[in-house]
Amino acid sequence: MSRLVFSGISKNFGAIQALSDVSLSIEPGEVLGLMGDNGAGKSTLAKIIAGNFRPSTGEISIDGISVVFHKPIDAQREGVAMVYQDLALADNLSAASNVFLGREPLRRFGPIRYIDYKRMNTVSADLFKQLKSETRPRQLVRRMSGGQRQAVAIARTLLSEPKIVMMDEPTAAISVRQVAEVLDLIRRLRDRGISVILISHRMPDIFSVSDNIAVLRRGRLVCRKPVGASSPEEVTGLITGAIDAA
Amino acid sequence: MTTLDDIINNSRHDSWFARLKNLQVFWVFIAAVLACLALSLMTDAFTSDRNLFNVARNFAFVAVIAIGMTAVIASGGIDLSVGSSVVLSAMVISVAMASGMGFWLSAGLALGAALLIGLFNGILIAYAGMPAFVVTLGSLSAARSLAMVLSDNKMIWEFGPDHDLLLWIGGGSTLGLPHPLYVLCVLAVVMSLVFRWTRWGQHLFAIGGNENAAVLAGIPVRRLKVSIYMFSAMTAGLAGILMAGWLGSVTTNLGQGMELTVIAAAVIGGANLAGGEGNALGAVVGALLIEVIRNSLILLGISTFWQGMFIGTFIIVAVAFDRFRNMRR
Repeated sequence: MSRLVFSGISKNFGAIQALSDVSLSIEPGEVLGLMGDNGAGKSTLAKIIAGNFRPSTGEISIDGISVVFHKPIDAQREGVAMVYQDLALADNLSAASNVFLGREPLRRFGPIRYIDYKRMNTVSADLFKQLKSETRPRQLVRRMSGGQRQAVAIARTLLSEPKIVMMDEPTAAISVRQVAEVLDLIRRLRDRGISVILISHRMPDIFSVSDNIAVLRRGRLVCRKPVGASSPEEVTGLITGAIDAA
Repeated sequence: MTTLDDIINNSRHDSWFARLKNLQVFWVFIAAVLACLALSLMTDAFTSDRNLFNVARNFAFVAVIAIGMTAVIASGGIDLSVGSSVVLSAMVISVAMASGMGFWLSAGLALGAALLIGLFNGILIAYAGMPAFVVTLGSLSAARSLAMVLSDNKMIWEFGPDHDLLLWIGGGSTLGLPHPLYVLCVLAVVMSLVFRWTRWGQHLFAIGGNENAAVLAGIPVRRLKVSIYMFSAMTAGLAGILMAGWLGSVTTNLGQGMELTVIAAAVIGGANLAGGEGNALGAVVGALLIEVIRNSLILLGISTFWQGMFIGTFIIVAVAFDRFRNMRR
């Protein structure tokens, strides 16, 4: 059974048709590379999955059950996690504090409730270990590399045991060595049976980590096939419109 | 079983001394200690019981508010209205007590008035999205004006039936230590714990570090901001009550310009005006340093006109120090 299924999703903002009749499915443990030019509808699709927008028509189902997201929190409850492009981390706090931000575990001492830092540190250390990242829970995010920051952002999403993780341009603006680190993080998610939707402009990243590739152009899905059956040249053609569909 | 990874994860990367010397509050404390040592060598008057008592009491008022200011600054805001909240609170308690009300009820009214100023600031800043600087500049003017209206701009020096109690609370001492110092110690200890160990404290620093991240993490940022400005106003209200008792009379120029001293104390103590950093102990030490400088100028017979120069230098040196330290990283 597919993890996530879109059937006939359309979205229009007044007269502007952002998405038309997009049908797409993703399996557990699949990495789907989502590509398209600016304005092709990638962000709109991402925001529909994340619960920021509701589709004008069409249906979404997760694990075979139809879902309707009114707010981002609804999507989170159904196991959709979003790693934001700007990572949304507080630089002045430690890695563990960022992983648990807004969900800090509390302990009781009589009537007083205080934050259980010990638990935060051990749980985050465990998450970083699972991600095979050299990130220390007590380290300040300010002193971290781009790759370590990604690890913190991803560990943050893992805390809620997500089924689907969406990543918007995770490799933009970081060094080459760190890109390899982030792609490794994505593989770790896949190994845990999490479905990953990777939105990126960087062709090499998509081809090295994705199982399947989907291309949007002017709000329409023009391609969805295994990465092995495609090539960067074909995808470039699909994105620009030189190739109509594949 | 303890693995190597656990040890790495649980070890602090620096020794405690390396961590300590990275704290601005440590250096400010050293500066204050050096100033005290120099003063006790240069003048006999500094170490006299009377003078130490005065220093301890005087800096407590500024330090109490500086703790509230630290919360605001660490969350990325600023509160210019504290000096006016001081006078409003002092005026409410003196008018209420002069009219025959008891101390506790009047003190409750005074704190309530200060909290309303904080609520007003917080709502405009958090919900209407107005800049904190402008909103609190407005209430700086408005609250002092309210105090003038309330008292008809007269000095109040008779506080009704609980007159002696008020003077004892603000100006008295127990075991040789002035009462405002006790209030300060309790507040400093409680707030140090709150900043570090509660969600409120943790989220406050998160807002100061990256407000957008705090919103996305589902933290009720707006409600929290309102509570932060109310806390700042409450510390000002508390100081106002204590000052009324210390001075034994209240005029409408009480606390004028105090906001700048308070901000200076918080910043010298390590609060970062860009948000995300600050601690209660630092605010106390910053306030102490300012008071020691002020006191030393008087004792050394240097014109008090120089006071601003010294405090200004310290603010700039403290911030410059922080800047250089961050550049080295």
